[in-house]
Amino acid sequence: MARKSPEVNAGSMADIAFLLLIFFLVTTTIETDSGINRKLPPMEELIDPPIIKERNIFTVVVNKNNDILVEEKPMQLSDVRQAAVDFLDNGGGVGEEACDYCKGSKDPSSSDNPDKAIISLKNDRETDYKVYISVQNELVAAYNQLRDREFTSLYPDQRMTYVEADKMYTDPRTSIKVKASLKPKLDVLKKMYPQKLSEAEPSKTN
Amino acid sequence: MSKFKKKKDGDLPAISTASLPDIVFMLLFFFMVATVMRDNTLMVTNTLPAADQIKKLDKKDRVIYIYAGKPSARYQDKYGDQPRIQLNDKFAVVGDVGAYILSERASKREELQNVLTTALKVDGETNMGLISDIKQELRKVNALKINYTTRIGDYTQNK
Repeated sequence: MARKSPEVNAGSMADIAFLLLIFFLVTTTIETDSGINRKLPPMEELIDPPIIKERNIFTVVVNKNNDILVEEKPMQLSDVRQAAVDFLDNGGGVGEEACDYCKGSKDPSSSDNPDKAIISLKNDRETDYKVYISVQNELVAAYNQLRDREFTSLYPDQRMTYVEADKMYTDPRTSIKVKASLKPKLDVLKKMYPQKLSEAEPSKTN
Repeated sequence: MSKFKKKKDGDLPAISTASLPDIVFMLLFFFMVATVMRDNTLMVTNTLPAADQIKKLDKKDRVIYIYAGKPSARYQDKYGDQPRIQLNDKFAVVGDVGAYILSERASKREELQNVLTTALKVDGETNMGLISDIKQELRKVNALKINYTTRIGDYTQNK
């Protein structure tokens, strides 16, 4: 004769279920897209384009063989970031164009100040998209590196870098009060190192 | 002699199913939260390049998507293996991009129409020529805010 087994207490089952539910709720992140933001120039051509000195333009060309030419010299992708930082942070200007926060070599043949410095990125029609994105990424990284450096030295009490602060600012969970306090600081940095990155129309292959 | 004599046969007591609804609801909630609605099926290969200096594209209602890349294997007989643009569920040519942007823009709420971003989800193997053409089209319709959608990673992965 089989003995009657005691009934299993199912009262705690709901608790276990909720525990699991909360665990998954907390750990799952809904996938959001992310990428490099860019602003295209408007269509209408400027009637009188401003004259820009040659030394204030940093030309980066990615040709159809995916080789990178920086100021007409071939360069490895890993060196592009430092080259761009050196160019932006050069601060070679004198008088009104001097840059008092730049820590570069003050080379008179390179940019006057970060506000004047323009990075021109050109590509060929046959350039691979992934190489182009890598170069874009490195150029944005150069700007971010400089902004990080100045942000931490200007606002050491924030205990974060520019990139972290910017991320916090764009995060919808951040309170309005925090956003309002971050905004002027971010704007100062954006003014110090404005992102002047021009994407020219591609050269035709000959 | 008791009227309520307990049966002493070998029946096992039934397992309580009271918690089954909880479990089902748990699963339901989990999938509700974790599922990302995909509004259009991809007809192109879409291996995004990697980048690490990126910004999040948070509000989905402010984004217009443009896909580009080589047609997927099952479409290659019909459409060839050259990179193409996909708008919504259809393959498109460069000339369609402008009209697509305008119609998408018109379908959004009025207060959002000026803050729209165009997300370019382009396969890493695509030539820049196609992207430049798209960019020209976007400039024509004044959709100047773009986002090169990437996956998170170091540039060395773009080999």
